[in-house]
Amino acid sequence: MSSVQVARGLTLADGPVTKTWMSRLRGFWRRFARNRIAAFAAILLTVIYLAAIFAPFVTPYTPEKQNLLERFSAPSLRHPFGTDQFGRDSYTRALYGGRVSLAVGVASVAISLILGTLLGLEAGFTGGWPDIILMRFTDAVMAFPTLFLIVAISALVGPSLFNVIAIIGLTTWPVVARLVRGEVLSLKERDFALAARVLGFSPRRVMLRHLLPNTSAPIIVAGTLQLAFAVLTEATLSFLGLGVRPPTPSWGNMLTVAQKDMFVAPWVAVAPGGLIFLTVLCLNFIGDGLRDSLDPHLRER
Amino acid sequence: MLPYIARRLVQAVPVILLLTMISFGIMHLAPGGPGAFYSQDLSSPRTPEELARMRHLYGLDRPMPVQYISWLSNLAHGDFGSSYRNGEPVLAVLGRTGPATFLLMGCSMLLALAVSIPIGVLSAVRRYSVFDYLATSLAFFGISIPTFWIGLMAILVFGVVWPILPTTGIQNPTEPFSLTDRLRHLVMPVCIQALPLIGSWTRFIRSTMLEIMEEDYVRTARAKGLSERAVTYIHALRNALGPMVTLLGITVAYMVSSTAVVEYIFAWPGIGQKYIFAAIQDRDYPILLGTLVLVSLLTIIGSLLADIAYAIVDPRIKMGQGENAR
Repeated sequence: MSSVQVARGLTLADGPVTKTWMSRLRGFWRRFARNRIAAFAAILLTVIYLAAIFAPFVTPYTPEKQNLLERFSAPSLRHPFGTDQFGRDSYTRALYGGRVSLAVGVASVAISLILGTLLGLEAGFTGGWPDIILMRFTDAVMAFPTLFLIVAISALVGPSLFNVIAIIGLTTWPVVARLVRGEVLSLKERDFALAARVLGFSPRRVMLRHLLPNTSAPIIVAGTLQLAFAVLTEATLSFLGLGVRPPTPSWGNMLTVAQKDMFVAPWVAVAPGGLIFLTVLCLNFIGDGLRDSLDPHLRER
Repeated sequence: MLPYIARRLVQAVPVILLLTMISFGIMHLAPGGPGAFYSQDLSSPRTPEELARMRHLYGLDRPMPVQYISWLSNLAHGDFGSSYRNGEPVLAVLGRTGPATFLLMGCSMLLALAVSIPIGVLSAVRRYSVFDYLATSLAFFGISIPTFWIGLMAILVFGVVWPILPTTGIQNPTEPFSLTDRLRHLVMPVCIQALPLIGSWTRFIRSTMLEIMEEDYVRTARAKGLSERAVTYIHALRNALGPMVTLLGITVAYMVSSTAVVEYIFAWPGIGQKYIFAAIQDRDYPILLGTLVLVSLLTIIGSLLADIAYAIVDPRIKMGQGENAR
């Protein structure tokens, strides 16, 4: 019993709780906003995603609403991004497409981060055979040309929202696993981790309570960049007809149609493509800003 | 040196085995196994008896491990399967489509090198200058741009609005081969494919140069009284080219698949276009899996050769440095 109390007294991982959650967040934002572009990207991305989430309140139309009298009408006050071949409002469809993009991005990155973090922790901490097997396995997965692998699996299992999420999540976790493993390898030799082990904590507790919090910075950075990759990959798959299928609008499948229609109505290609580009650009800038503000020794000069 | 090479070779064996196992598993992801699609597509065997006979003919009724071993032994004999469509072997398909892909890749890489090396070096030399900020921001644009979208935009602008370039194919089908025609067809796909490369390479060269500029030998060169120009371009840049070669090696493998989308947009008759058509139109699974396995194997062999070449060139590797990833 006493050893546990000693441990509580030491509060190895938590540290004294003097700062409130809000003030920490404010401190983080101050450091993050020093990178002006990253701060601007974060605000812009929030606007894009909020507009997508609250799409029904932001637009008077629905994505499926057809109006054959207004086929291919050019951008105007009523239709800021014009209309498509069925007279559907491109602005509305782009907003709803943003929901798909956000859902696929967040869900697939969650799969990737959870799997990658747990396996990376285990391999880095335990070492030995589990580590060797994991490393060779990730070597093998990473040797596949990513897009070919994703395209082949999508073609085999068939296109659907769920499949896209699963495929992107299950093909990207090795990158996270290697990152976490590398961090854990160096962290586990540090004094605080040795202390936790000497105190007789279970390996699980050492991993989850002491090592994991210290790997959060690189994981958050990697997660942001993976989100950018997932958004781009979902769009590419849906564009090829291997991702989200119409009539559900996604930025990718809107471009499939645009490939044929853009010669009559160029605006149908501009909105979805521009949004993919903006979203990925914002995510990359944010990832860079997070790297600078969260983790000084990861800082790129 | 030899123990290092031997260790890398031994490490590659389980990776290759795992890779084939994963590919084999993917092949059986399809509902009903690979045979189901065969019958569906050719729509010849309709009855269950016919399907069973077909599965027997292709050995799909044998136990999984037996199928895996026989598939593996086919791979070892250079048989990567053949098309469900017309029976053309995967190797022949790659031989036919490969040159177009490598032409596109080679030209994009040359263009990307020609643009990113000067920008990256200048960015590093004038760190935090206006030029540096501009170049770094533009690099972000390069890595973020969806190539298929910017490809469509390029077709719209340079093919329709201001029609100065051909938008599809590798040459004008009604005319015999001519160099100018080939170059005109290359312009758009090459520029588009080079954009993401320029973005990532510029950043890579900038950070490599910055790292090297702080090395002892650079300080020594400066202390000897060499001009800043000589230090940058002779001492530093030459040492930055080593990591650059490694990066090129990694990029080649990555590009075979990332070029696919550009090939698809511009109807470029390469490996990637064939692959995408096999996936979305022909449902030609042997082509997909054969190409996937072959390109991955080439990736592993390529990185193995790069590591060995690097160990021969750079004696520090032998000492066990650069080994942190095991």
